[in-house]
Amino acid sequence: MALKSRHLLGLDGVSGEDIQLILDTAVSFKEVLERPIKKVPPLQGKTIVNLFFESSTRTRISFELAERRLSADVVNFAASGSSVSKGETLKDTARNIEAMKIDMVVIRHASAGAPHFLSKVVASNVINAGDGAHEHPTQALLDMYTLREKHKTLEGLRVCIVGDILHSRVARSNIFGLKTMGAQVSVCGPATMIPREISRLGVPVYHRLEDVIPKVDALNVLRIQLERQEKGLFPSLREYHRYFGVTKERVDRADRPITILHPGPINRDVEISADLADGEHSVILQQVTNGVAIRMAVLYLLGSSN
Amino acid sequence: MKVHLKNGRLVDPASGKDETLDFLIVDGRFEKIGHSVPSDSSAQMVELKNKIVVPGFIDMHVHLREPGFEHKETIESGCASAARGGFTAVCCMPNTNPCIDDESVVRYIHEKAKSVCKGIVDVYPIAAATKGREGKELSPMAELAHAGAVGFTDDGAPISSPEVMRRALEYSSMYGLVVIQHAEESSMTHGGCMNEGFISTRLGLPGIPHVAEELMIARDIILLRYVPNARYHVAHISTHGSLDHIRRAKAERLNVTCEVTPHHFTLTDDAVAGFDTNTKMNPPLRTKEDVLALKEGLKDGSIDAIVTDHAPHTIDEKEVEYTEAPFGIVGLETAVGLAITELVEQGYLSLYQLVERFSTAPRRICSLPPIRIEEGEPANLTFIDPLTEWTVNTQSFKSKSKNSPFNGRKLKGKSIGIFNNGQMLLSQKFE
Repeated sequence: MALKSRHLLGLDGVSGEDIQLILDTAVSFKEVLERPIKKVPPLQGKTIVNLFFESSTRTRISFELAERRLSADVVNFAASGSSVSKGETLKDTARNIEAMKIDMVVIRHASAGAPHFLSKVVASNVINAGDGAHEHPTQALLDMYTLREKHKTLEGLRVCIVGDILHSRVARSNIFGLKTMGAQVSVCGPATMIPREISRLGVPVYHRLEDVIPKVDALNVLRIQLERQEKGLFPSLREYHRYFGVTKERVDRADRPITILHPGPINRDVEISADLADGEHSVILQQVTNGVAIRMAVLYLLGSSN
Repeated sequence: MKVHLKNGRLVDPASGKDETLDFLIVDGRFEKIGHSVPSDSSAQMVELKNKIVVPGFIDMHVHLREPGFEHKETIESGCASAARGGFTAVCCMPNTNPCIDDESVVRYIHEKAKSVCKGIVDVYPIAAATKGREGKELSPMAELAHAGAVGFTDDGAPISSPEVMRRALEYSSMYGLVVIQHAEESSMTHGGCMNEGFISTRLGLPGIPHVAEELMIARDIILLRYVPNARYHVAHISTHGSLDHIRRAKAERLNVTCEVTPHHFTLTDDAVAGFDTNTKMNPPLRTKEDVLALKEGLKDGSIDAIVTDHAPHTIDEKEVEYTEAPFGIVGLETAVGLAITELVEQGYLSLYQLVERFSTAPRRICSLPPIRIEEGEPANLTFIDPLTEWTVNTQSFKSKSKNSPFNGRKLKGKSIGIFNNGQMLLSQKFE
């Protein structure tokens, strides 16, 4: 079994079979992670570079762990700010690194489409670890893995993504992936943070948590960023918490337990209440564990396709 | 120099003529126009059977990049590109370095243009409306007009302040010259790099809402009503809403005109999906609904002119992240082919109307004398083969830059040559 593409640039357009294959492959890698010796040999001799043009701790560590557990050699490249401000273009940076004989590139970049651009100028497999507000496919895959683990199937599962949808690559990848797998996806957030015409993706839009909580099995709560306040998209964190904060009180009004996801890092008592984040229906830490398994699966499937 | 054009189909809206004729041109002027003009052995003979002869086309929206950005384009390479594309004249935009806000720059461009490409392409500078294109103080419009500027604009940026716009309209009206607005409400477009809508939502790219363009046009029309003797022209309109505002203003008989680019009547924002930076321009590619409205606007005359907004950028400048790439594409060598393919072939424009949009109207907007195809008049002509089918190859462009989203596109119809200022240029294949 192999994926249809040499790259994982996003989940937009990725088939259900490919998503299924990644999720199923991750099951066996999760089992590896439970072993006393957590290392397997499939990518031995392969060299992977983690090109992080935007600061990230957990995604980079998660990828690095996944790479090392597959026995790949790993190089980390971190550059903050855009490549243009550094004076070297992304194309030159990538080609220079590739000249050192790299097999796979994991890229995180503030600009949407940067991984797609990269995939056209280098010969390596490219994995998108987050590009601007576009996609973060491995995050969505680990969210889907976690939901499937908890609810057995994604088919018909009702998931609402809450928060700043406009700027969220996590939201987009989740929408594309979950819709492909037959889930019912909705979004909830302030009108200023809902991108135009999103309903054309088959995603109902809510502006009141009270309206959507009774209708869902899971809430994926996005991190709210303070700089959006400066751009006039919402008036204050206090108001955001009052009207869009996912709290235990709000969730407990539902007639069934609601699974709580968050891509992290969480702002406790801003977009999510601390008791809920630490509560029995929170799967936030499982997401982190599953993230390593998912990334191992993706790296394995792409790395062994060459 | 004598040239004998044989069997060319003249399509000339000014005289209302559409007939096959011979033209004898001596020293750049029509000596004889008629049926079966006797051949003269000293004349260069050009057979134009099944070809169309039209008054010389002008592209009133071109970025020649000189002075200041000669790595992208020069007056020479830009004129060569224009000539190849079928244009005997271009108006060049003032966002050069230094910008065209001083008469010395106007004179420099004029002199340079005369010395390149044997002067076959007339270059008419459009000067900055404000000093340094900063939108604060008026440029020396009288001096610029006297030096030969044919209009005023801060193109690339809007004239944002309503007060400055009002004064620009008032001051330019003394000289009868047009003020060209790059219509964009900048407070709504910061960081945007494509049309805001379904595709930008899918791609997660920052959007440029269509209302940002429409707001500025609506405001300017209100100002124009207050300064009705001014002349106002909207550059590169891209939305059906913009067209609605312009239609209403025209119905009021306000002095408003507008232009559209071939890429805006051909492509939609769907083209951005592969993150090809040659789909990044300002205004951005819009929706199918907008494309259809713009074609209708060309058909009913609400849109006066077709222009290219020829905006050369080097490959290195364009081969970057989408959000970092500069706006704009080159257009001089694909405009006529796109217009014939998308407009004439699809029944939106007659050949008369095509000539009006590419020659008559833009010359009028820029206060240039009309072209007369009559004995005794200087010959200023574009030759078109409306039937030839060809494939765009950006590597063959005369322009220094190759940034076009149309590489590989099949088109029908192209210019095969021009005649202007006593010079003739024919495409190699045709020669």
